[in-house]
Amino acid sequence: MKLGEIKEILNAVVLSKNGDMELEIGRAYCADLMSDVLAFSITNSILITGLTNSQVIRTAEMADMNAIIFVQGKRPDIKTISLAEEKNIPLLVTDFSMFGTCGRLFEKGLQGRSNRDK
Amino acid sequence: MNKSTEGVFFLTGKDFAKAGVASSNLKAILEGMGVQPDIIRRAAIAAFEAEVNVIIYAVAGMMHYSITSGMIKIIVQDMGPGIPDIKLAMTEGYSTAPDYIREMGFGSGMGLPNIKRSTDKLTVNSVVGEGTTLEFIINLNKTA
Repeated sequence: MKLGEIKEILNAVVLSKNGDMELEIGRAYCADLMSDVLAFSITNSILITGLTNSQVIRTAEMADMNAIIFVQGKRPDIKTISLAEEKNIPLLVTDFSMFGTCGRLFEKGLQGRSNRDK
Repeated sequence: MNKSTEGVFFLTGKDFAKAGVASSNLKAILEGMGVQPDIIRRAAIAAFEAEVNVIIYAVAGMMHYSITSGMIKIIVQDMGPGIPDIKLAMTEGYSTAPDYIREMGFGSGMGLPNIKRSTDKLTVNSVVGEGTTLEFIINLNKTA
């Protein structure tokens, strides 16, 4: 699924300058615990979270994740946005809840981590 | 890959704004050396968890890395409170982190288990009241 489709489904706003809407997103992972993201997420996926600090960007960077969606309309501060731009990780914000966000994307066919993923 | 390199990053306790800078730099070095992406990801994840631990718990610390044709070896040494029971600290979900750390998305008791999961060998040495040293290795020439 393209990042642009995800943006449409979630009625999301792009926060970072580097929002390549053609970016292909394979899977999604959602958590507020960054250690869980580091342990269980997979590459080329999108991170859905309610946390907005700079550690979220670092976590996505280390775990090779493609983009981040902040839920509940939560927006990170300008320093966090700048860090994401520097690391070329697009940031989006949606007013939907975590559950609502995941549900909408799942319904449209975006999958999570599979049991086969290591 | 037949180049070798080594270096050190210094870490300051409670400097949360810089948490991840050392691991990010290490990641860039590995990318520059042409290491396989999945190996880089494991090294970056382990280094980041170790870096965050130092920043959460210690006064200061350092991350030493050495990259050879066979392995990535990272030693993270801190001046911190030490770990009284290493076996307990290795248990998923066990944490002594205060609430403000949890609010940042860490301190869920997954740090050391994540480092173990991401690496081929992890050694933890700790002296209560002095500090902790983690040494972990990721092999580069795995025969898949």
